[in-house]
Amino acid sequence: MCTGRVDLAFLLRSFIDGADGVFIGGCWPGECHYLTQGNFDALSNVHLCKKLMKHIGLNPDRLRIEWISASEGSRFAEVMDDFSKNLRELGNLGTAAGENGLLRKLEAVSKLIPYIKLVERERLRVLVRTEEAINEFYRSDDFDRLFNELIADKLAISQMVTLLREKPLSAGEIAESLGLDPSEVSRHLDVSARQGLVKFDNEQNLIVAA
Amino acid sequence: MEKELVDSLAGGNYGDVMVVGGGISGIQAALDLANSGFKVYLVERSPTIGGKMAQLDKTFPTNDCSMCIESPKFIECDRNPNIEILTYTEVDSVEGEAGDFKVNLIRKPRYIIESKCTGCTTCVEACPVSVPDPFNQDLSGNKAVHIYFSQAVPLVPYIDERCLYLEDKKCSICVGVCKNDAIDLHQKAETLEIKIGAIVLSPGYDVFNPKLRGDYGYGEIENVVTSLDFERLLCATGPHEGEILRPSDKKHPHKIAWIHCVGSRQVIEGGNSYCSAVCCSYIQKQVILTKDHDADAQATIFHNDIRSYGKDFERFYQRAEKLPGVEFIRSYVSIGREIPGTKNVTIRYSTTDDGVKEEEFDLVVLGVGLNPPANVHGLANQYGIELNAHGFCKTNPFNPVETSRPGIFVSGAFLGPIDIPESVVTASASNALVGELLDFRRGNLARERVYPEERDVSEEEVRVGVFACHCGANIGRIVDVPSVVEYAKGLENVVHAEDGLFICSTDAAAQISNTIREKGINRVVVAACTPRTHEPLFRDTLREGGLNQYFFDMANIREHCSWVHSKQKEEATQKAKDIVRMSVARTKNLEPLQEFDLPVNKTGIVVGGGLAGMTCALSMAKQGFEVELLEKDSDLGGMARRIHTTLEGMDVQAYVGELSRKVYQHPLVHVTHDATITAVSGYVGNFVTTVESEGRVKEIHHGATVLATGADEYQPTEYLYGEDDRVVTQLTLEEQISQKDEGLAQVKNLVMIQCVGCRQEDRNYCARVCCSQAIKNALSLKEHYPEMDISILFRDIRTYGFREDYYRAAAEKEVKFVRWEADDKPVVEATSEEGRPVLRVTVPDPVLGKKLAIDADALVLSAAVIPAAASKEVAKLFKVAQSPDGFFQEAHVKLRPVDFAADGVFLCGTSHYPKHIEETIAQAYGAAGRAVSLLSHDTVTASGSVCEVKEDDCVACGACISACTYGAIEFHDTPQGEKAVVNPILCKGDGLCNAKCPTNAIILKHFTDEEIFCQIDAALADS
Repeated sequence: MCTGRVDLAFLLRSFIDGADGVFIGGCWPGECHYLTQGNFDALSNVHLCKKLMKHIGLNPDRLRIEWISASEGSRFAEVMDDFSKNLRELGNLGTAAGENGLLRKLEAVSKLIPYIKLVERERLRVLVRTEEAINEFYRSDDFDRLFNELIADKLAISQMVTLLREKPLSAGEIAESLGLDPSEVSRHLDVSARQGLVKFDNEQNLIVAA
Repeated sequence: MEKELVDSLAGGNYGDVMVVGGGISGIQAALDLANSGFKVYLVERSPTIGGKMAQLDKTFPTNDCSMCIESPKFIECDRNPNIEILTYTEVDSVEGEAGDFKVNLIRKPRYIIESKCTGCTTCVEACPVSVPDPFNQDLSGNKAVHIYFSQAVPLVPYIDERCLYLEDKKCSICVGVCKNDAIDLHQKAETLEIKIGAIVLSPGYDVFNPKLRGDYGYGEIENVVTSLDFERLLCATGPHEGEILRPSDKKHPHKIAWIHCVGSRQVIEGGNSYCSAVCCSYIQKQVILTKDHDADAQATIFHNDIRSYGKDFERFYQRAEKLPGVEFIRSYVSIGREIPGTKNVTIRYSTTDDGVKEEEFDLVVLGVGLNPPANVHGLANQYGIELNAHGFCKTNPFNPVETSRPGIFVSGAFLGPIDIPESVVTASASNALVGELLDFRRGNLARERVYPEERDVSEEEVRVGVFACHCGANIGRIVDVPSVVEYAKGLENVVHAEDGLFICSTDAAAQISNTIREKGINRVVVAACTPRTHEPLFRDTLREGGLNQYFFDMANIREHCSWVHSKQKEEATQKAKDIVRMSVARTKNLEPLQEFDLPVNKTGIVVGGGLAGMTCALSMAKQGFEVELLEKDSDLGGMARRIHTTLEGMDVQAYVGELSRKVYQHPLVHVTHDATITAVSGYVGNFVTTVESEGRVKEIHHGATVLATGADEYQPTEYLYGEDDRVVTQLTLEEQISQKDEGLAQVKNLVMIQCVGCRQEDRNYCARVCCSQAIKNALSLKEHYPEMDISILFRDIRTYGFREDYYRAAAEKEVKFVRWEADDKPVVEATSEEGRPVLRVTVPDPVLGKKLAIDADALVLSAAVIPAAASKEVAKLFKVAQSPDGFFQEAHVKLRPVDFAADGVFLCGTSHYPKHIEETIAQAYGAAGRAVSLLSHDTVTASGSVCEVKEDDCVACGACISACTYGAIEFHDTPQGEKAVVNPILCKGDGLCNAKCPTNAIILKHFTDEEIFCQIDAALADS
């Protein structure tokens, strides 16, 4: 098994289960024990996951990837000490600033994983497999734009639908729960109503999941 | 085993090889031979296999637990159908010749009928007699009937001759308590005749006995112990369960002294003139372990040269030296006296600063050296082999595992004082030489292992058994193992949980197999050490219990827990529970998987045509296998072309010439010159290597790979090298000597500087060969130019083993040795003295306490050996690891010294680490032996943990196909349209495709999403 096997779903599941942090240790770039250089896939996955975390208000420093070879025992110890020190400073999951209502948001992201995998393959794949190229891409404005276009909206709708499955709400209540601008919410409602995901319930005067 | 033996006896007692001595070297030889298709008799005089390594606590320089790494090999031997273990057995006579030996064995009476004994130890409990326990160096008692140690193979007691019945016919309690009638106090020695084709002698060594000469007070002063005694004191299975207690009052010694070179490097009556080669490092190990046991302990080490010449030994020395309360003092010592009352011991020593001092210690440990095995002359006569001047086996330096008698080979410390990896290397090497002799009968007598039929558990409820190991004290000292067991009993699906001192021991493993059957267990969790070393053993145990081997999970509560949290016992125990909970949760979803056999391509390739590569390739060919030898230069020979003689005086050029002629002439060796490897693909048994040579490209299909890419000489930037022609390296000097260079005759004063470019921050290792090389050249110079003044400026002279004799010879021929310290290097300047141009070398002399200036005509630098420039590229191509110093990293420093972690790839020669010619040759044979034990199989078994597609879920998006570099996935047509399908032979189980598949249609078996989710959930569940 390779670090590239670490599915987005594993990372999200850990946070859903209440992990304060998740650490991935991989082979140094170019020293893959397989032919596949799957550590680059792991790196891309981590970048993507950090972006998602940031987007939902979860501190991305709670996720860390490091390259450590089997002969670097002391480095491993140092890195783990440092990571646990950072996590202690951040406090338990959900206690840091902005980390409220996380569970619902994480579940909404989890539901989107199949879609995110498709987007990653079609639009976010970095063709030059080097650490620099991957880091550069995920820090670029291009990536920000693609993320907002392709994932952020879907995520908002997914969160909205998840919310509405619990109980019908008004547009204002949705905006408040999700921390979104009311105009954004109405745009999302428009799209999702056309896709048949939500509908307006005239009797209750509320929006319900379809 | 007894029954198998009887069966084989009825068949005429035919075997292929007899291995004499069941220490680590004999064990490895037996395993390699058996796995290469030979039937082996493993003959051991003591009641169990294991040898000296079994008595050691840890091993340097990694501080791995000795028994933990050795005992899986006991079980491997025991379970191998082609190895007959004959313990408590002596060789009586040897007749015949290579290919056809007849050996008479005497099986000494154990007074136990092996076939009836269950190893229950009821007799041991009942026995009223306590005798000193030889396994614990007589430091504690054991019963007159006892099992030699708890991991013994065979796990059967023996009765000591000091038994009351055997002495006076007074007691027979044991006979009464044995329910199986397994005790026979009238047993007599039996003789047994076996017929074999070759013999491997691995009788090991004896430790030097300081009692004989009496100068260290050993045997008279209670608190003077040998280093082997101290190993037992350190060990969890030792006389005081791992507490270091001194003999006189069983109290913790606080101030401990170690004395180096006891019985070694001594040219006095009763001493050994050679260096025992292992003591410096084992003493450092003992110091580190003592500090682990008691952080406040004070350790004083009295030493001569520190000989940290092996891989990572230099860092190990630094680690010991830097510990607080540890002092290394360079001084000869003598034992003073025992203080009445306290029974403390005084040591007299001298330092350059303080003169002679006498100091008191609570305990004194003698760093005893290695002697030839007991009664070595009788042994030599019996086998008709010659011994060297030191009483070790005499061998040909160009074939270091061959004795003077054809058909008889040697491995391990009978060759001379060597450490564990070299004992293992020479064991594998003896497999190669036996293979050259007996290739024609390979496989004729060998049998396959048969397992019980696998139980179908598909209709059963999940029933988990948890087996938690104390690992002696490795886990038990930190983690409260019984409480982990209690905790495990409360976990979902767990029907059985128990703990054991060493659950990898033969009896514990057999017990697990029984428990699986008796309790109807269908999932097994072993909470112990690492799957890297022990998973194969426990999977095998499941198969013995009739369970699919993939119904197993290992919870690593040692490396991941007790070893890294040794200061936090409570938290470590909690973490161990968490780890076990995760494993148990995972097992619920495990599925039975089938492994399958892949064909093995019978060709090998050897990369590098130096001495190592040529020796290895030729041996593989002589064992009947096709070999492609790839050399980057236009000539064979490598670095050896620049070496003319060895320290022992062998003609290297003549040998290299002869060897390359044989390589070119052998019909099975195909040499490619000017070769560049451009691509490597495939896997064990089926590699494809693309080679370019002189514009042509060829693809080689091969089953095994040996890397022998050699090393380079460091090109110094210090001491005016490259600026002044009078400054040369040792290799250049050697060329000048061999060419009788005219300039040399003019040299009146020559200086050599050691450790140039190594033993320093950027190259923190000892290049191992330079001290011997300097002394070799100094002796040659003294022979040709007796008037020449030669000074060798050194830090530690590291002429380990028999090379010490040449160091002494050089000193006797008035070669001057001047020591300098790392922080005060020699200084060289080109100047003139009375009109004569000289190289003025200034060096501080710590003995004289002032600067010493030598006006030299020539300066010779002992430049470091550095990894070959090509190694890095080769390492990448073959996916193998390099050490921080850039040398190839073997799979395990002690027990897999010629294997890479990557299956099917082996290494030898100086690409592994600097080494002498005879060591290089031994390792080359070792690699040939290992490679052939792979190539002699028709198939290798591929893992069952590969990917599979759930076709109903596959949307044919192709994400998995583009993720798979192995090309293991492709589309195929189904009635439902195109679907992905995995070729399990090509799948390597990395699982990348799983993380890419949007519909979770592709699954990596044994690491499925469900299995991992269960672990994540369990990890974060409230305990």
